[in-house]
Amino acid sequence: MDIWQAVLITVVTAATPLLIAALGELVVERAGVLNLGLEGMMAVGASCGFAAATLSGSSLVGVLAAIAAGAALSALFALLVLGLATNQVASGLALTIMGLGLSGLIGAGFVGSGREAIPPIRIPGLSDLPAVGRLVFGEDPFVYLSLALAGGILWFLSRSRAGLTLRSVGENHTSAHALGLPVIQVRLLAILFGGACAGLAGAYLSLVYTPFWSPGMTAGRGWIALALVVFASWKPLRVLFGAYLFGGATVLQLHAQAASLGFPSQVMSAFPYVATIVALVLMSLGRRKAAIAPGSLGTSFVPDR
Amino acid sequence: MARSLDPQGQAGAPPLVSLRGIVKRFGELTANDGVDLDIRAGEIHALLGENGAGKSTLVKILFGLLQPNEGEIRWQGRPITLSSPEDAGRLGIGMVFQHFSLFDNLTVAENIAVALPRSESRRSVARRIGEVGQRYGLALEPERPVWTLSAGERQRIEIVRALLREPKLLILDEPTSVLTPQEADTLFLTLEKLASTGCGLLYITHRLEEVKRLCTGATVMRAGKVVAACDPRVESVRRLASLMVGSEVTEVRAAPAHQLGPVRFELRQLSLAPEDVHGVPLRGVDLAVRGGEIVGVAGVAGNGQAELFAAMSGERLAEGPDAVVIDGRPVGREDIDARRRRQAAFVPEERNGHAAAPNLTLSENVVLSRHATGGVAKGGLIDSRAAAAVAAEVIRVFDVRKGRADPPAGTLSGGNLQKFVVGREILREPGVLVVNQPTWGVDAGAAATIRQALVDLAARGAAVVVISQDLDEIFAIADRIAVIHDGRLSATHPAREIDREKIGLLMAGSAEEHPHAA
Repeated sequence: MDIWQAVLITVVTAATPLLIAALGELVVERAGVLNLGLEGMMAVGASCGFAAATLSGSSLVGVLAAIAAGAALSALFALLVLGLATNQVASGLALTIMGLGLSGLIGAGFVGSGREAIPPIRIPGLSDLPAVGRLVFGEDPFVYLSLALAGGILWFLSRSRAGLTLRSVGENHTSAHALGLPVIQVRLLAILFGGACAGLAGAYLSLVYTPFWSPGMTAGRGWIALALVVFASWKPLRVLFGAYLFGGATVLQLHAQAASLGFPSQVMSAFPYVATIVALVLMSLGRRKAAIAPGSLGTSFVPDR
Repeated sequence: MARSLDPQGQAGAPPLVSLRGIVKRFGELTANDGVDLDIRAGEIHALLGENGAGKSTLVKILFGLLQPNEGEIRWQGRPITLSSPEDAGRLGIGMVFQHFSLFDNLTVAENIAVALPRSESRRSVARRIGEVGQRYGLALEPERPVWTLSAGERQRIEIVRALLREPKLLILDEPTSVLTPQEADTLFLTLEKLASTGCGLLYITHRLEEVKRLCTGATVMRAGKVVAACDPRVESVRRLASLMVGSEVTEVRAAPAHQLGPVRFELRQLSLAPEDVHGVPLRGVDLAVRGGEIVGVAGVAGNGQAELFAAMSGERLAEGPDAVVIDGRPVGREDIDARRRRQAAFVPEERNGHAAAPNLTLSENVVLSRHATGGVAKGGLIDSRAAAAVAAEVIRVFDVRKGRADPPAGTLSGGNLQKFVVGREILREPGVLVVNQPTWGVDAGAAATIRQALVDLAARGAAVVVISQDLDEIFAIADRIAVIHDGRLSATHPAREIDREKIGLLMAGSAEEHPHAA
């Protein structure tokens, strides 16, 4: 029983950064903006978070710095795509390249140093329950935050007035503008939120998942998070499912590698990526009835004057 | 030029809204040049003008979407600035857009809730939709996603949305262009009811019969200027038309009597699945067109016209070769070039981006549709001199007005580009011509030229299919009329034997009758 719990806990840890980053991107895309800079913002979040935590000695400072760094980088993206109406695909790719480089620069002095991971929560009594205690009540704080985020975004998009405004802006920015909705402001806030989430996801990697900094440690998770949003049909609960599927596949292949089943390790390492995409593609195939992508996704908005 | 009567009897009160000396320039173009307009409470005021006369620019200014370069707007006598649609909404100015401002993937209730000034619970929005719907006869299902609705239903959403904001002034931009005649009648009743509550209405249109029927005041615009303010109830339709166009309107000359030839173009049980989720499937379409006649396909937008055109032209292939027949040859599995080589020609609806590439020059655009049929390309190389000669010929015969020699297609005005893309096909002397919305959004002069060319082409023995949402156009040129609804094509009726009411019923999908002998 305890072995299973230990395995499941590693699944949750592998899924959480992906979930946080993908939820942020989901909000951005529902507002009609495609930010391909996710990988770069995660990397900068990871390096800034680790650097700030090491220098200040406080994990909280590290997390806040990571969030601020992600948001700052996304603000640059917002300036380009909203202020100057540049192409979103090109700007996002540039952001990723820049973010990866910048993260290496920021983290250069911290390569090789390590620190204690942010510890899991302990609730006396509950966390000690057999079989499920640590899995349900003894995760690190980010896990609960990410789950709350999923529920919160689901509520925000489907129930709240502000969420309706955001979806309208993403569906058809011309109509939204004609109705007097503040298209640019809504998109700016969405992009900043997405950047903050990406920064937080990066901090999770460098402060919890593997508490050290190494260049390129995001290892394509930003791209997987982007794919997750699309194949999850821009729905928060499916993003949750996809992230945990990815986490499960990651852990499964680690165990399979340890058991040396005779597959090349490169094939095994690719397995979680392939499995997640295949599963989500199969899910989105079944739902062809309604058009699912936000109508204005990826297009610039320039009002007439 | 009688000033419109004030039904509320407040002749002394200032108008609800007055525009004075409005000027709006876009670069070199002056879209509005010193426009004056008054609308009183309880009045249905028509804003008349051709496409490109500056009507849309003016109402965008009145709705806060555009800022005028000069001029003054007064609201109940006070000068105001409208810097955004929000400002207009706060004053009580509502608008029903020509191209709907709806969100396809949201439900009816969400589409309405997002435009309300305050946050409201779903239940209360649904209840208010029901109330307004009952009062004005505008039934809506709050939970339906918009993309499943017809154009008429979509317009109802726009109107209900505007009404829930309790407007003092409601602007309607060409509201009947997507409606069947019966739906239009219902709309007119709603508008009259609304005006009787003291709301001012600005009704933008180029359909004069509607203006005479509905409106109590009219302002006529031409080329950015107001050319007349009058009472449409006392003016004749002919006079209103000549005010709008600036000259007497020419009617299409009937073709000289000619014999109908054999069937040249035929569809046999043509069925086609839609290409995307919002598309319409074609369901067993039958049609036979003889040489020398024009068959008009009427219908409300979005009932399968685009799919029908794609299947006729070969942009989408039919399931079997027999579904499309040109001059007795089954061509259902042949692509558009193969069909062109069989003397067929096609003009799609969208001139910018479909019929013509806007950034290519006119002579290059000649190559786009003519390369398969010879003359402008040889051995994979373009014969630019021949292409330029063809372009010059089209420009001469169809009187295409342009700024300089061989300009990019996108720089031509709508009417001139449409003359060009229609002329490019007609000068090939096709045996079969299929044209979708031949005069949509073009000025009356260009429309007359194009219609005349179609009539003359048929008189020379070609089979012509005209898909159009403009019933006036279809009655003006078609010999036989069929109606498309939800992907089904009705039997054809001789144009002389069917009236608008019957066509309206077919457009709404009711009362399909026993096939006429046609």
